[in-house]
Parts: sequence; structure tokens; C-alpha cells
Amino acid sequence: MADAALPSTARSTPESRLRHVVRGTLAGWPARISLLILALALACALAPEWIAPRDGYAQDLALRLLPPAWSEKGVAGYWLGTDQLGRDTLSRIVEGTRITLLVSLFAVLVSGLAGVAAGLAAGFYGGKIDAVILRLIDIQLAFPLILLVIAVVAVVGPSLTNLVLVMGLSGWPRFARIVRGSVLTVRHLEFVDAARAIGASRGRVMALHILPNILSAIIVYASFEVARMILLEATLSFLGLGVQPPTPTWGGMISDGRKYLNQSWAVSLSPGIAIALVILAINIFGDALRDALDPQLDERL
Amino acid sequence: MSAPLLEARQLRRHFPVPGRLFRPSTQTVKAVDGVDLHVARSETLGLVGESGCGKSTLGRMLVRLDRPTAGELFFEGENIGDLDETALKPVRRKVQMVFQNPYASLNPRQTLGDTICEPLVVHRVGTPESRRKRALELLDIVGLQPEHYARYPHQLSGGQRQRIGIARALALEPRLIVCDEPVSALDVSIQSQILNLLTDLQGRFGLSYVFISHDLRVVEHIADRVAVMYLGRIVEEAPVATLFARPLHPYTQALISAIPLADPARPTPEVILEGGVPNPIDPPRGCHFHPRCPLAEDRCRVETPDLVGTQEHKVRCWVVNRELASSS
Repeated sequence: MADAALPSTARSTPESRLRHVVRGTLAGWPARISLLILALALACALAPEWIAPRDGYAQDLALRLLPPAWSEKGVAGYWLGTDQLGRDTLSRIVEGTRITLLVSLFAVLVSGLAGVAAGLAAGFYGGKIDAVILRLIDIQLAFPLILLVIAVVAVVGPSLTNLVLVMGLSGWPRFARIVRGSVLTVRHLEFVDAARAIGASRGRVMALHILPNILSAIIVYASFEVARMILLEATLSFLGLGVQPPTPTWGGMISDGRKYLNQSWAVSLSPGIAIALVILAINIFGDALRDALDPQLDERL
Repeated sequence: MSAPLLEARQLRRHFPVPGRLFRPSTQTVKAVDGVDLHVARSETLGLVGESGCGKSTLGRMLVRLDRPTAGELFFEGENIGDLDETALKPVRRKVQMVFQNPYASLNPRQTLGDTICEPLVVHRVGTPESRRKRALELLDIVGLQPEHYARYPHQLSGGQRQRIGIARALALEPRLIVCDEPVSALDVSIQSQILNLLTDLQGRFGLSYVFISHDLRVVEHIADRVAVMYLGRIVEEAPVATLFARPLHPYTQALISAIPLADPARPTPEVILEGGVPNPIDPPRGCHFHPRCPLAEDRCRVETPDLVGTQEHKVRCWVVNRELASSS
């Protein structure tokens, strides 16, 4: 008989599990560098006025389309050059971080919540519910997104909340598809039956037995979706349906600079590099997090 | 004899065969086609049959993972065949299941301690501290160590995992455990350990088992009574010693003579079945077994025999029952 003297290994408190996951995530260098980039982005989002070297809104038409500071015609102080209105590109990237990240992360959150819920329901319940949700997915995917956005913006106006909601709406079917597929592979495994045989409620089975086992697919997909949302926001801004000028966003800066590419490559490329770095960081970090959450990979060195 | 713990009357489970576009399904697979059986307290009923004969579907119905299409299922005198999930919850405390595949029956994201505690959490038994003590006690009962509490399933061998599956089934102190091929995925040396554990637990807690298997030697070892299934129906039912000493149904005879023995002097099996199991969507008329049966006569191809005989030994065969009747 096991008595009250419990060995230390017989403890799995939530704190130690959390610490374990954090340590596992940050075990590799790529994940640490990613975290650094994400922390920098977060700092820019929270306090752009302390980080930006200049005022991102100030125009100086005498200094239009400057190349970066290190090139021949560069001007010291304008590190990444200026745009067509003479605004400092670096400062605008820093200023634009907040809106860009806010919109893309919240849009992924909205579409992720809706999509995961729909996918879980479709995969778990099957039958009529599955058929209805699948048809909804098809309708949503078949409907031209731009048209939808134009309709919504025409009706309710171009506010940030609406933008997030509409972008979230565009993403949920993909999440739902992925989640539904994963649920179908997990649903018939014996441990799900075992949970039912115990008397666990459907909600408990979904939350504790199915969701944790499909989480890795969701995390990886969500990290891709963030990238897609940043670019989608750029598309919408380009059409005047997104964030309104002069508020800088990374996507908006790319589309603005596109017209002046033959005069200055830096205007478009710099925010593009910022997007690429952040997305890469999110993807690597998402990968590391997924591996750390999977107990089967614990033994790997 | 007191009322049986579990009794099934004419239990059926039919699955519709998916229809084509614009053509709704008209055919059904009769996976379980009118099964009567009963399990007494502290008794082990062995359920044997080939793959696809419906024994696992029957087992899933007995623990009400599946709802019977028709028929009645009584547990401790209560008809549980039609109960919904809420009404079933008290029954779930008393009827548990051990699954076939120990590699799929444990949630890979849960520690083994959480897995064993879960039945207690779901039924709101005890405090977190008392549940943990109970889980450690259960680990000890099934022959594992306390350090397994914080481990994950992938860190264990197949036999150890099956012990966890048994511990989970034991957590709520059930009366009946349905074991669906609990050892068929394990090495032979591990099989006997698990079988001995199940036998010990039965003596210790007065459990009843429904033991589903395709391995007759395993069933011979553990069961008190045996029911032989063929294509959704029970074809013979008898106490284990009787069944192995004097099998009546030609199918049972074929199964028993096909048990491999490590004895080169033993003659080749006297009964060898020809052909395969018929398509369950379109089973043969009359006795399901007649296309493969050495005794089949005209009546077998038309009429379905009933499972008849003494209280002890029942068999579903026209020929055998006629000969028994004429000899007595």
C-alpha cells in the first residue's frame, strides 16, 4: 500500500508544468532570438514614442524619398530613409507596430476562436451539425472577401473593431477545416471512448481529451495566420478599407512605397523586412512552444 | 439463482450502410443480431468469435458506449438500454471497460495520475488530496510504482499501460468490467501477467467480467462460462469446461480444433473451416453458418435455428439439437 509519504515525483502541480513548458520552449537559440524579436516588437507597440528616433507623422518635402543613411545620398538621422512625403521610415515602422500587431493578432484570435469552436463541433458531433458547418465554410470561402469587406465597411464604417471582426470572419473557415480534420482522427481513439465510459461530459471530453491532442496543429496554423492577416490588412489599407492614413501600418507602408520603387527601394522593403522578421519569429516560437507542450518530445535532447 | 448482474435480451445493433448520392441507405449491417446473455455476480463470461463477428460492438453496447438498436439491457434489474447520458451516469460508476489497444486507450497529454483520477473527478468523489491517495493506492493494486503517477503514457511499456487502463477502470469500484481483448495487443509473457492480475482483482473485489477475445486459450484460462459468436449471433453457450470438453456446434468444434498446440504428435485438426466469414451486409439465409458447415442440410439454408438446450449448455443448430433430442 502506498502511504501518505509521497515521493517528490508524484507531483504535477500546474506551476511546475508551466515552468517546464517555458524552459522547454526557450531551450534552443532560434526560439530565444525569436523571443527577443517579439519582445522588441512588443516594446515598439507599447511605447513607440520612446523608441522612434523621430516623429513618424512629421513631413519634410525637402527630404522626400531619401535612401538609407549608410548609402551615398543618405542623410544622417534618417536611418532607413524617408517616404514620398519625407517622413522617417524607421519611425513609421516603429509607430506602425502597434496597429499592425493589434489588428493581426486580434483578427487571428477572432478567427481562431470561431474556427476552433466550429471545427470542434463539426468533428465531434458529426451528422447534421457537421453538414451545416461544412456548408457554411464553403459559403464563406466562396464569397469574395473584398466584396464582403466593402459591404461591411459601407454599412458600419471603417473602424478598427470592424476591421478586426471582418478579417477574423475571413479566417475562421480555414481554422474550422483544420480543426475538424484533426478532431476526426482523434475522436475515435480509445481514450476518448474511455473518457465517455467514465461518464465524462461532452464538454469535458472536448476540452481535456480532444483539444490538447490537436493543439499543435492549431498553434502552427495560427502562426501562419498572423502573417496572412498582416498582409490582408495591407490589402485592405491599399483599397482604403483598412486603417486610414496617415496612421502608419506595415502593410500600408509597403503599398504606399510600391509606387516609388524605382526611386527608393527602401520605402517598401523596410516594412517588408519588419513583417518577415516578426512572422519568422512567431513561426519559430510557435514551433518551439508546440514541441514543449508535447510530453512525448520531452526526452529529446 | 439470484437475479443476474447484467442481462441482455434480444440485443441488436444495426448500422446503416452509407447510401449513394440521392439514393438513401436501404441496407444495414446487423453487427449484433439478437443476442441474449447474462452475467452473474463474480462471474466471468468469455465472449469468443472471429474478427468482425460483432463481439466488440456487443461489448460497447454492454457498457453503453453504443446505444442498442433494439432489445433490452438490464443492469441490476434496471433497463439501461435506452437511458440518456445523464441517467446513465450512476450506471457508469458500476460498469467500466478495459480497452484493447493500450497505445490508444490513454490520453498522451495526461499524466497517468490524472488519467487514474479522472473517473473520481468526473463523479466528484473526494478531494484532490484524497483522489491522489486513491490513485497511488490503485497504482499499487495493479502492480505499478508511485513514481508512475507523474509519468506520461509514452514512458511506459504496453503491459504497464494496460495496467493503467485497469486502474482507471477500478477507480470507481465497479461491479462489472467489460474487457475488450485486453491482452491481444501484448506479448505472450505479458499476457499471462495481465490475466493473473485480472483474476486476482476479481477475487479481491468480487468483480464480474465480460471477457471478449478471439484467443480460445486465453478464454479457457479466465472464463467461467463461454459464449461463441458468429456473425452477430451467439451460436453456443456453455460452462468453460463443458465447452472445451464437448463442443456441440460445428463452428465451436472448428475453433477448438484450430487451437495451435506445441505437440508434433498431435494429428492435424479434424475440422478445418473452408471459405471466409460471409459479408455481414448480406448474410446467408437461415443459419448464418451453413455455407461453411460440414453438417448443413436443406433446412439450415432456409430457417434460422434458435439458441436452445439446457440451462447450462445451449446451442444454435438444427442438426445438433435434433440428435440431442433423439438420444435423450
